[in-house]
Amino acid sequence: MIKLENVKKIYADGTEAVKGVNFEVDDGEFCVLLGPSGCGKTTTMKMINRLIPITEGSIYIDGTDNKEMDENELRREMGYAIQEIGLFPHMTVGENISTVPTLKNWSSDKKENRAKELLKLMGLEPNEFIDKYPSELSGGQRQRVGVARSLGADPPIMLMDEPFGAIDPITRDRLQDEFLKIQAEIQKTIVFVTHDINEATKMGDKIALLKDGQLIQYSPPAELLAAPKNKFVRDFVGSDRTLKSLRLMKVEEAMKKSPRLVTEDEPLDEVKDLMKKEDVNYLIVVKNGNELKGWINQEDVQEVSSGTVADAMIEDTGAAEVGTSLADALTLMLERDVANLPVINEENKLQGLLTFHDLQSLIGETYTESGGKHPGVSQ
Amino acid sequence: MEVWNYINGHWVDIGNWTVAHLWLILVSNSVAVFIGVSLGIFIAGKGREKIADTVLYLAGIMMTIPSLALFGLLMPLLSALKLPMIGFLPAVIALILYGQLPILRNTYTAIREVDPAMIEAGRGMGMTPRQILLKIKLPLAVPIIMAGLRNAVVINIGIATIAVFIGANGLGKPIFRGLRTTRTDMIITGAVFVSILALIVDSLLALAERKLTPEGLKK
Repeated sequence: MIKLENVKKIYADGTEAVKGVNFEVDDGEFCVLLGPSGCGKTTTMKMINRLIPITEGSIYIDGTDNKEMDENELRREMGYAIQEIGLFPHMTVGENISTVPTLKNWSSDKKENRAKELLKLMGLEPNEFIDKYPSELSGGQRQRVGVARSLGADPPIMLMDEPFGAIDPITRDRLQDEFLKIQAEIQKTIVFVTHDINEATKMGDKIALLKDGQLIQYSPPAELLAAPKNKFVRDFVGSDRTLKSLRLMKVEEAMKKSPRLVTEDEPLDEVKDLMKKEDVNYLIVVKNGNELKGWINQEDVQEVSSGTVADAMIEDTGAAEVGTSLADALTLMLERDVANLPVINEENKLQGLLTFHDLQSLIGETYTESGGKHPGVSQ
Repeated sequence: MEVWNYINGHWVDIGNWTVAHLWLILVSNSVAVFIGVSLGIFIAGKGREKIADTVLYLAGIMMTIPSLALFGLLMPLLSALKLPMIGFLPAVIALILYGQLPILRNTYTAIREVDPAMIEAGRGMGMTPRQILLKIKLPLAVPIIMAGLRNAVVINIGIATIAVFIGANGLGKPIFRGLRTTRTDMIITGAVFVSILALIVDSLLALAERKLTPEGLKK
């Protein structure tokens, strides 16, 4: 656990870069330091491994004040990745990754195994890359090696200073996704600096938003978007924050869990009555319990005079899988021009129903500005 | 034709002069490298910008002193120290001084120019300043330091001919004698061999430079 207690940084010329910041990062938590340039986010991060000395206050690493630790030992226990990557051009990929293990005098076998393991983790073929030099790699590959290097000696804590900042947006997006997958596996305690609100909401478990050396808000991304503390936060997260929160939420958080279903062999007359009675113009058709088959709507049902559901059914298994973000689900709805989207699991079993109406009310909710509720659990 | 006759009749002398010339260069430049690289590393250190400016300025001035004048200036200094005023020692000292600027300046520049991101990465991963110097800065500076050394050696091979005026041995001998006795063949012989020597030594150093350049920095 990392705990910052009233941490201040005052430079010799009197500039107060960080003005008494307090927050905690739990083990395995991904904490993003976010803010405009000059807000003190990088300074705050660099005080954690003492690349920048603290003027006042304390930073505790698992309860120990970092001022009481040897600075080089301290840094070797924390992975460090920076935007410019800073790979050593005269060392091979393997040697670069083994930087900290070398400082810790690991045996060469152990170093090589670890380097190969990390290359594999980063999606780079170990035998192909371990002996290459940085100049032979693409930008994205270098960034991956940079991250692998920061994981070199398997440190429990990682400090990352805009590690995906210097690459094109498409590669960045992919690296972010990969890194999230890796993080789910390795569960490091991460302090991650960025000025990009989208990156912050995508990556972080928690976001510390800083301004002029002060911590303005420290909350999970969804809360930051839904309940900005003041005008600065509201402006910083942007006017499209609704769309951003839709990106954060999954379909299963907004769907109706037990929608009304019909099966193929039900007689149409009964279904017509049902639709009238319940005042719905859309029903999902399933078979064998809850396997998605298609759907029927009011108009089609009226046109077909008799028979079973199968006669009026539109066979269509278009649906959103569990885990899809609401933003993607909305895109799917707009693309297919439908107002209802079944939610299924990997086995095509129906899990629920997402309606355009539900999305609308969610969006409305974030605009009411009133509550500090997580929009996903507030229905 | 005269030149060829002279050369043909004096292979042994030419051999001796060449060896003496080389020896002068080897001794003076070895010391020059040692001093230049150490001093270069020192003045490239944090907070030493003022010292660096002064040292580089002095080394620059040194280069502008005509070699003959420098030999002359060394004499009273050496005599005050009760050291030989003529011969090998003053020649070596002068050549060390002449070799300083290229080596010193290149070492200084190379170390200062190392990408700050690399140093930041090294520091952030827990390297001590010494490890950063030995594992990052110096390996990256090697090609540029070597270029400085080559520069210094070629300059010194030329200047060493003039050292004959203060009694040092070398390929300046036939030139010096030729000048006094107006023997063009001797002058040309000396000049040609100095040039050949410079070319050969420079190519050998170029080879060494390639060998010493870290693999990842080669194009």
